[in-house]
Amino acid sequence: MENGRIRIALTGKPNAGKSSLFNHLTGLNQKIGNFPGVTVDKRMGYCQLDSNTQAEIVDLPGIYSLYPRTLDEKIVTEIFSDQKSELYPDKVVLIADATNLKNCMLLLTQLIDLRIPTVVALNMMDLAAKSGLSIDVKRLSSLLDLPVVMINARKGHGIYELKRLLAEPLSASRKSVFQIEDEIKPVIAIIRNHFTLATDYEAYHFLQQTDNLIFLTQEQRAFVKAVAKEHQFFPHKYQGAETVMRYGFIQELLNKAIVKPSHRDWKRVSHGIDRVLTHKVGGYLIFFGVLFLIFQAIFAWAQIPMDFIDSSFARLSNILSSELPEGPFFELISQGIVPGIGGIVIFIPQIAILFACIAILEESGYMARVVFLMDKAMRKFGLNGKSVVPLMSGWACAIPAIMATRTIDNWKERLITIFVTPFMSCSARLPVFTILVALIIPDVKLFGFFNYQGLVLMGLYLLGFFAAIFSAWAMKFIIKTTERSFLMMELPTYRMPRWPNVGYTIIEKTKTFVFEAGRVILAISIILWVLKSYGPPDEMNDAKRVVKAESSSLQLSEAEIENRVAAYKLEHSYAGKLGKGIEPLIRPLGFDWKIGIALVSSFAAREVFVGTIAAIYSISSTEDQPTIKQRLRSEINPETGGPRYTPAVGMSLLIFYTFAMQCMSTLAIVKRETKGWKWPLIQLAYMTGLAYLSAFIVYQVMS
Amino acid sequence: MAKNVAEMLPGETAIIAGFADEQIGLKLLELGLLPGTAIRFNFTAPFGDPVCVSVSDVDLSLRIDEASTISVIN
Repeated sequence: MENGRIRIALTGKPNAGKSSLFNHLTGLNQKIGNFPGVTVDKRMGYCQLDSNTQAEIVDLPGIYSLYPRTLDEKIVTEIFSDQKSELYPDKVVLIADATNLKNCMLLLTQLIDLRIPTVVALNMMDLAAKSGLSIDVKRLSSLLDLPVVMINARKGHGIYELKRLLAEPLSASRKSVFQIEDEIKPVIAIIRNHFTLATDYEAYHFLQQTDNLIFLTQEQRAFVKAVAKEHQFFPHKYQGAETVMRYGFIQELLNKAIVKPSHRDWKRVSHGIDRVLTHKVGGYLIFFGVLFLIFQAIFAWAQIPMDFIDSSFARLSNILSSELPEGPFFELISQGIVPGIGGIVIFIPQIAILFACIAILEESGYMARVVFLMDKAMRKFGLNGKSVVPLMSGWACAIPAIMATRTIDNWKERLITIFVTPFMSCSARLPVFTILVALIIPDVKLFGFFNYQGLVLMGLYLLGFFAAIFSAWAMKFIIKTTERSFLMMELPTYRMPRWPNVGYTIIEKTKTFVFEAGRVILAISIILWVLKSYGPPDEMNDAKRVVKAESSSLQLSEAEIENRVAAYKLEHSYAGKLGKGIEPLIRPLGFDWKIGIALVSSFAAREVFVGTIAAIYSISSTEDQPTIKQRLRSEINPETGGPRYTPAVGMSLLIFYTFAMQCMSTLAIVKRETKGWKWPLIQLAYMTGLAYLSAFIVYQVMS
Repeated sequence: MAKNVAEMLPGETAIIAGFADEQIGLKLLELGLLPGTAIRFNFTAPFGDPVCVSVSDVDLSLRIDEASTISVIN
């Protein structure tokens, strides 16, 4: 206990309603951090239990038992088996699904043996009532020697009682469920004394999963292993017997506490829905229909707020440019920082809409069926049914998508998913695609119905998807692993999504994007602004004079001269030098140094391409797409005398942007999730290499 | 006659007898698939894998490889 505040951990199996309860307890008073040392999201928030007790609530990942399967689950074992940790909770709320008590009790019996003060929250009492189930809660509570409250986490019923209970002193259950066998008692005693542990069961976990407990130092681990070896303690030997013993206790408990079991067909509706949604043909049709709807939402509905954000930031930048005093510092603000922030904010509508859709699918229980439907096909490509969510999220932004891979328990499958997710065309590629497609593809309809431009755009998305799938397939043979892959998961009963939970997910994912990707994008935008604004001083200072001399006969307006000066400065800036420096490298793809500058700029975020191109061709307002299109169309290639942006160049650019890894923020996240530079560097080399090669082939074939 | 869950037909019920694979067995035990419990084979995914089973009122999805390690009696 610190500063009169108590720490409460929420735990329970997946789909028991933990998030709903967490959201009820904390409201918007929550934040996402990382557990120390590992990259697992730590959701925590504050709750006023009564007038003088405040609680810090930590929402732990869903788990069936203290033997973890995924990275997410390991943290739970960690926290509960290290009583000296600063994260160790004062009290625990175990959320149990009343309709499925048996499965929820396993973890509870483990917490009882660890002597952790626990309150049992019986959730989904509404469904239990519907199913005809009747539980003697008083009996259950006395048999467990723990307080039990009935709640409905969706509606918020019972939250008041729960808070009141948590504010009161709470002692651990005096029951002891797991009887440690006599033959291992000596070794348990050694460990318990050595580490001065509170319970035998804690010592037992030190022995059972030495490698999963990362709070142990190297020497401590070696000590535990040596002791285990000396006394012939084999970690997996006792686990099965332990689980069976626990279920024996649970069955006995439930026999006494359940007055009337649920009648058999209360899940009839859910099973009926399953017959449709997992149907051999219909199941896939529905899934693709859902995907189509999501696409529609991202592209059509997000466009309105995106246009608004785009024009607002352009206006703000213009106002600042004219209102602020002159000088490099103020230029940095108006032309570097403000557009940089604008470049982050503009993606929020698409990301929010996509994660709203994903949250609805998950809340309703449909996502588990998608995993079920896709698992076999995905496995053929070295992925996992659970890779579907990250891949879909990749259409919005690779960063939250890569973070969503943490639910995949097999390291190889998770790594492959992380590796290929950036191939999915993210929202930053869309503005680049749109302008190039509009430039090189005629705006006519096929059969008077399908728009050619739309078809090409769809083709590019499919291309990215296939690149992801086939790269995954290739990696399946390259990466070797002895770790086995499992699916085994519960298919939850279908339910209406709880809308506040959807809202919280949107906020959480958007925040992740803004803070994780945002700061990298902003930093790079500023660096790029410096590169674009500065060059060798003598060349830069000459800009005005040279442009005036060149265009004296052209009768240009003041504004046109301004734009030409800007273009001249860009050409002679450090960014321009960089563009010219890489020109020999990109010439085989049909690109010149101007496109080179745009490619370099794209490392902040791909959509910067559009703004950079506009600046190079001395177009002042970046939001005026037809102007950019017009200007690009009339650009002449000095070598051929024909247009610069031929279909070959346009296609080559499109292909390049589809495949290339041009996002520093994604690389940073991959580095964090794979704990090293190896995979992000391989990813950068592979994706950019593939992009280069494909663009080269496309250009050479088409021209 | 001993058989495994992968050999069951949709709608069929049986009693779990044991596990052929220790690692998978431990995980299945935790999900409540205890020897002696009834298991119902519900349906398969379109390509025959994974499968959906019910054990004490819980619907689970298992890959065929996982299901085939569960021996049953009926």
